[in-house]
Amino acid sequence: MLSKRLLIAALATGAIAFASTNSAWAQKKYDEGASDTEIKIGNIMPYSGPASAYGVIGKTEAAYFNKINAEGGINGRKINFITYDDSYSPPKAVEQARKLVESDEVLLVFNPLGTPSNSAIQKYMNAKKVPQLFVATGATKWDEPKEFPWTMGWQPSYQSEARIYAKYLLKTKPDAKIAVLYQNDDFGKDYLKGLKDGFGAKSSMIVAEEGYETSEPSIDGHIVKLKASGADVFISIATPKFAAQAIKKLAEMNWTPLHIVSNVSSSVGGVIKPAGFENSQGILSANYAKDASDPQWDNDPGMKKFLEFLAKYAPEANKLDNSVLYGYGAAQTMVKVLQMCGDDLTRENVMKQAASLKGFSPDLLLPGITINTSATDFAPIKQLQMMRFKGEKWELFGDVISSELSN
Amino acid sequence: MSAVQEVVTDAPAIEAVPKRAMTLGAGTSLIVLALLIITPLFVKNFIIFQMTMLLVYGLAVLALNILTGGSGQFSLGQSAFYAVGAYTSAILMEHAGINYALTLPVAGLVCFLFGFLFGQPALRLSGVYLALATFALATAMPQLLKLGYFEYWTGGVQGLVVTKPDPPEMVRTMLAWFHLKMSQDMWLYYFTLAITIAIYIGSVNLLRSRSGRAFMAIRDNEIAASAMGVDVALYKTLAFGVSAAITGIAGGLGAIVVQFVAPDSYTITLAIALFLGMVVGGVGWLPGSIVGSAFIIFVPNIAEGISKGLSGAVFGVILFLVIFLVPHGARQVAMIAQQLIGRIKIDAILLLVVRLIKR
Amino acid sequence: MELFINQILAGIATGAIYACMALAVVMIYQAIDHLNFAQGEMAMFSTFISWQLMQWNIPYWGAFLLTLVLSFIGGILVERLLFKPLTKAPILTHVAGFIALFAIINSCAGLIWDFTIKQYPTPFGSSPFLGSQLISTHQAGMIGVTILLLIALFVFFRFTRMGLAMRAAASVPESARLVGVNTSWMIALGWGMAAAIGSIAGMLIAPVVFLEPNMMGGVLIYGFAAAVLGGLTSPFGAVVGGFLVGIMENLAGTYIPGVGNELKLPIALALIITVLVVKPAGLFGRPIVKRV
Repeated sequence: MLSKRLLIAALATGAIAFASTNSAWAQKKYDEGASDTEIKIGNIMPYSGPASAYGVIGKTEAAYFNKINAEGGINGRKINFITYDDSYSPPKAVEQARKLVESDEVLLVFNPLGTPSNSAIQKYMNAKKVPQLFVATGATKWDEPKEFPWTMGWQPSYQSEARIYAKYLLKTKPDAKIAVLYQNDDFGKDYLKGLKDGFGAKSSMIVAEEGYETSEPSIDGHIVKLKASGADVFISIATPKFAAQAIKKLAEMNWTPLHIVSNVSSSVGGVIKPAGFENSQGILSANYAKDASDPQWDNDPGMKKFLEFLAKYAPEANKLDNSVLYGYGAAQTMVKVLQMCGDDLTRENVMKQAASLKGFSPDLLLPGITINTSATDFAPIKQLQMMRFKGEKWELFGDVISSELSN
Repeated sequence: MSAVQEVVTDAPAIEAVPKRAMTLGAGTSLIVLALLIITPLFVKNFIIFQMTMLLVYGLAVLALNILTGGSGQFSLGQSAFYAVGAYTSAILMEHAGINYALTLPVAGLVCFLFGFLFGQPALRLSGVYLALATFALATAMPQLLKLGYFEYWTGGVQGLVVTKPDPPEMVRTMLAWFHLKMSQDMWLYYFTLAITIAIYIGSVNLLRSRSGRAFMAIRDNEIAASAMGVDVALYKTLAFGVSAAITGIAGGLGAIVVQFVAPDSYTITLAIALFLGMVVGGVGWLPGSIVGSAFIIFVPNIAEGISKGLSGAVFGVILFLVIFLVPHGARQVAMIAQQLIGRIKIDAILLLVVRLIKR
Repeated sequence: MELFINQILAGIATGAIYACMALAVVMIYQAIDHLNFAQGEMAMFSTFISWQLMQWNIPYWGAFLLTLVLSFIGGILVERLLFKPLTKAPILTHVAGFIALFAIINSCAGLIWDFTIKQYPTPFGSSPFLGSQLISTHQAGMIGVTILLLIALFVFFRFTRMGLAMRAAASVPESARLVGVNTSWMIALGWGMAAAIGSIAGMLIAPVVFLEPNMMGGVLIYGFAAAVLGGLTSPFGAVVGGFLVGIMENLAGTYIPGVGNELKLPIALALIITVLVVKPAGLFGRPIVKRV
């Protein structure tokens, strides 16, 4: 009789001791936007206006979160993805950010798009201590954990990509005369700076630079001027439409310099095919992700998963559009971070987990490229691989290059 | 297209608003004012922020009403003056450390000069040509702001971040007596409200004064006005100057409230939005400015709520509905309401009289 | 010197784009005395329709003609349904209507055909024209078609009864009605023709700039500028204006040091305004005499 009671007491004590030592693990901590059943994620995208081409990123992310919810959610919680349109206008972005934080009470804002919009809300997000996570722009300034501990980038910065091209040219064509076509906005100017910094003392290799505005219907006049400079290397820092126009015009003018195209315009289906495969032979670029129109990834498990996802959850999406792949990759990273948070869904823990990604390899990154962050390193993807266009696809060559910037 | 334009028999491009109907009645004005003062005490900071932007854009639409509805000059370029005002405030605050309240008169003055100077070549243009010229100004402004020469001051394409002001010491100590605190948003709202009321009263008085009459004479029939001795050149450029000044002050306030200025914030889209605000509010009807401002801030949000992919189309459809139902904008709604209330008042009085007689 | 000639030639090539658009702008102005802000979007939508027809395996010229007819009907429908109810409304309300139409068409095109660029074929081929590497055969073809359109319009307005009726309805509506011209339908006809001309412009421009919903935004501004420069009453002026704008822009970008490149559009517009200050009706427009 006594022994039975003792046994029960011992078991009970043991159970309590076990529970209390693991109390930190068993306890659930929430900030606004998180609960036992849901996690609210905010997002700001240009669904209308001049940059509406990028709106499809938000749509892809919404579809991806639908898939995660259909498969049970994250640690049993469903994602409530709230996305608003800012028409690429900074005052509107501020309004939407405030709405998300103060009215919808989201846990964090994920992948807001555009350098001007993100610059506008950065101070507010950090003052309110709400994560501004995986911002959708390649500007270099999102990697400053000391000053802005709540803001983190995702894609390789424009400057780091530009430096890679500069390094390559210094090595393979040290006597080159370089002509640069750049879009006259934060994207183009940031890139140009990266190029000049990459050349360092030899920035006189750039013999001509032409900026264009997105309001110009066609950039042909700029190309004429650049050709007249006698350059033998042509770097185009342009968004898809203008990059395609440049490829076409170069072919029409029978000008065949070494042609480097920025990563944002390297999509086969979105840029190279409309511009003409025969005009694009030998073009160089760099990438950190797989291209869905490239047959070399047909049997790749990551690519297969992506295509299955599209067929089921986003059938109207254009798989040749780089933005769709981008949205998928970013959303996957977000889900990984939230999974790592477990039951501690405070904003502080979200940032902590986001800064602890080690060797994470989402489905669509090139082999050899992984996501790494730390308390002093807020640049998740830092590596790129160069590629050359041959036939009807890109051929990767060389090693995966890490861009060394301040880290 | 006739080579000869019959100015007398042609209907004027912009119709006159009868002087009596230029403002709201005293009763309605008080109600609106009360609402504007009391509401912020009961709502969240975010709504206060939206109300502040409502006032800021309302000011800009008011300025356009004075220019187009008052003096008959088309302008699709208000975003340029708004941008100059915003950048003036931002540069003075961030580079010279000047107090935010003092930057506003400077912004107003700078924009007045800018508007006045722009008005000079604009004198020879009218109608669609003036619209094109102002359109050109609006398209040029973001590009000017991005120019390398000015990059040190303007921050170039990256723009400038502006610090949000706190409520001043005096206000804080007064409220502390009652154990109350005022948020930055609320303070900015009341500050903006005070300025808006002041400018509104000033504008109404301007349009009722001799200068206002000169504006309207020019709007209705420029040649006749000139024949009657109105100095057309002076008043036209003055109208531009005043309108630009008010828009500049609105821009400065906008910069402080949003805490950020960048070339992308001040594109032709803003100019078109302000123009739509004026049309929806009722051209030349100053109280309509706030209705127009509400339209351009909230209807896009509503459209987005209805359909993300087709938000532009929904906005267009709503706009069409508005201009089909009330082509003259909110002024028409107010007139109809006034007539209804008038009719109800008369009916009520008649009823009372009949009752009294019967007794 | 070679650069100078090259820039002029390139300017003529881009100018052909603006001239095409300017013709449509002048057409609508002749009909309704207004600039229609949605003209560019209507042209873009027509071009997408022709592209879609070609995706359904209809050959180029068949798609071209079908699109012309559809655009003509579409223009008339838009006028009858959306703008006829606004006849009594003030002018500014009409402008708001144009802006609403712009938003609707742009948004619908984006939803139906998404924002990735699409290649658009040209019947003229893309090889260098007469050996010149600056003007391709397509651009030469574009200039040719523009001139043909111009001649057709000129003949229509000067020598046909319909053209005369349209001009009468636009400039002296009262008198036109008194002689039996149905002014209301003249306006509808004007819209239809402007839509058709716009669709031709779109189908010529798309091979150069690539087809996507935002392709006409910049072109429309230049089209307006060209039409105003040339004189809104003169189709010939519109075409000349288009070429002039293209050339001015390129020369400004090349030869004005420092800012010329970053301020191409503002400088072009500033030059146009200067011309207007001197010649208020444009280079070839008929001067307007104001009678009190």
